[in-house]
Amino acid sequence: MEHYISLILKAVFVENMALAFFLGMCTFLAISKKIEAATGLGIAVVVVLTVTVPVNNLLYNSILREGALDWAGLPNVDLSFLGLLTYIGVIAAIVQIMEMVLDKYIPALYAALGVFLPLITVNCAILGASLFMVERDYTFGESVVYGFGAGLGWALAIIALAGIREKLKYSDVPEGLRGLGITFITVGLMSLGFMSFSGISL
Amino acid sequence: MADASAKQVLFEPIFSNNPIALQILGICSALAVTTSMNVTLVMCAAVIAVTAFSNLAVSLVRTQIPGSIRIIVQMTIIASLVIVVDQLLKAYAYEISKQLSVFVGLIITNCIVMGRAEGFAMKNGPWLSFLDGVGNGLGYSVLLVFVAFFRELLGAGSLFGVSLMPVVNEGGWYIPNGLLLLPPSAFFIIGLAIWGLRTWKPEQVEEPDYKMSRHVAKEAF
Repeated sequence: MEHYISLILKAVFVENMALAFFLGMCTFLAISKKIEAATGLGIAVVVVLTVTVPVNNLLYNSILREGALDWAGLPNVDLSFLGLLTYIGVIAAIVQIMEMVLDKYIPALYAALGVFLPLITVNCAILGASLFMVERDYTFGESVVYGFGAGLGWALAIIALAGIREKLKYSDVPEGLRGLGITFITVGLMSLGFMSFSGISL
Repeated sequence: MADASAKQVLFEPIFSNNPIALQILGICSALAVTTSMNVTLVMCAAVIAVTAFSNLAVSLVRTQIPGSIRIIVQMTIIASLVIVVDQLLKAYAYEISKQLSVFVGLIITNCIVMGRAEGFAMKNGPWLSFLDGVGNGLGYSVLLVFVAFFRELLGAGSLFGVSLMPVVNEGGWYIPNGLLLLPPSAFFIIGLAIWGLRTWKPEQVEEPDYKMSRHVAKEAF
């Protein structure tokens, strides 16, 4: 249990997807002008990550990794080079299925998340989490916790940035820095703040 | 843009329509790899190759792709190209591919590649699309190399791993600024680079959401 709590804290604060690894930056900068939009996107990312990372983990461990096809009588087959194609396919498919399921059974949630779901397929944070999961060799349980934690960290970062930007638009920014420039500097300062979490471990 | 000349297509994205500074594309996988020049150049070469060839391939099959599944088709083309690049790097530059770790794979979701395939290659012929890919890859590289130059020079006192300003720890005089090797510095440098670029080309400045009203001297008596 303790191991999982430490993993989740690490994924949310120390190794924050957006602020320490720069993942999902495009949507992070583009959809952070309003808090409601940022919250919607954040929740969608948490949900998608919690589902896709474990699924990719199962696929990697039972089909792609070297020697995983032992049960099919192919002990020497190493399909790990197909990983990238598989993960992105899985992500695109799951996002699509999720969209349809939500539309049918939970229309209220679909109405709230609808616009953001297609955007998520090309969000680097989603693919990045799957790749980190493979690189660090997480077990199935760990991958569930890691997916959730990584999503939560990303959501936290985008909601915080949206809050700052809502205030920032009333300020008098030098001409060339307006818009994108000052946003970058703000994200830099946030990232500096998050660095104070580094070294925390339970 | 159908009648744009080849030269325009190639050079526009470098300064006038830079993918990172103006279109907010492709920042994701870029920043983490800019701590040293060597790694950055390899990453840039990989991105240029993938953007150019995916544009070429998408443009070649653009009349055959049914509209409803075009995203999946583009994704498959891009993913296959990235796998080729990834395998090449593992075979010939193993050390650098270790340092790039997951970021080579993340070229797939690099918005520049998708954005150009969808926005340019679907509408233009193969040759122009190829040039557009190279141009946008270069625009991305220019900013990346700029960031990496400052981070490596000021953060470690060296360029391409060759020590230019001998650091104190090795008996030199330069006290390296450790902050520049940490993630936040990349944001600061890009922010400042955008400031510089927009001062040089003022037409890129964004309109403010609110204007300050003029200060009026009316005091409460």
